[in-house]
Amino acid sequence: MEMKTKIHAEEGKQEIVITRDFDLPLELLFKAYVEPEIIEQWMGTKVKKLENKKHGGYQFETTDPKGNKHIFNGVIHDIILNTKIIRTFEMENTPFAVQLEFLEFEKLTDDTSKLRMHVIYKSIALRDQILKLPFAHGINMAHNQLQEIVDNIK
Amino acid sequence: MNLRRDVFQAIADPTRRAILLLVASQAMTAGTIASNFDTARPTVSKHLQILTECELLTQEQSGREIYYHFNPNKMKEIAEWLIPFAKMWDDRFNKLENIMKKYKSKK
Repeated sequence: MEMKTKIHAEEGKQEIVITRDFDLPLELLFKAYVEPEIIEQWMGTKVKKLENKKHGGYQFETTDPKGNKHIFNGVIHDIILNTKIIRTFEMENTPFAVQLEFLEFEKLTDDTSKLRMHVIYKSIALRDQILKLPFAHGINMAHNQLQEIVDNIK
Repeated sequence: MNLRRDVFQAIADPTRRAILLLVASQAMTAGTIASNFDTARPTVSKHLQILTECELLTQEQSGREIYYHFNPNKMKEIAEWLIPFAKMWDDRFNKLENIMKKYKSKK
């Protein structure tokens, strides 16, 4: 199935661009980024702090299936209603350096809108490492499933 | 982990990408490949070694010559590694869209 989300990751660059068209009016798309209760639903995270203002901060907390807590935080550099959010993003207690995110919200029609997320990483190597996380996770999952099957045969 | 065998590391280098493009059009010997570059021959050999180690190129002996072939399957693997990352975001955004559609109808 065709994905509505597009990832543009050019070789040898320390940035990526994620774009997505939504069947939602611009105002509702933007709301999903600033209302804590809504963020909690679609990000699957707890919102510990969210200050939607210039130089405000945010902190999210997720709990993985094993019960481990992961905390993400950042600073909101700038926010303009229904237009853009510029913020940093950092995963606490990981070796990954902070990244800079430019989120641009655009009206397409009265009922559709577009999100463009431009993410800049500290280095090319770090970008590639982060992009590979879900891929590596998938391989691990497949490996674990295989291991289980093998264990069951024994 | 042996980084040299990492395909992502291998294609990060512009000369190696140029070599891949060249060999993709036609299998050729190290000498022919090197003649297409200003780079010193041992440097090209080093690049070929890295590309072979990570299976982007395969070697085939033909008489006294060794020909390098492009391995499209390995290249395909690279094109696919980004899919899980895109899928992760796509799932998230689908959820966002569904939640906000309900939110809209509640109003």
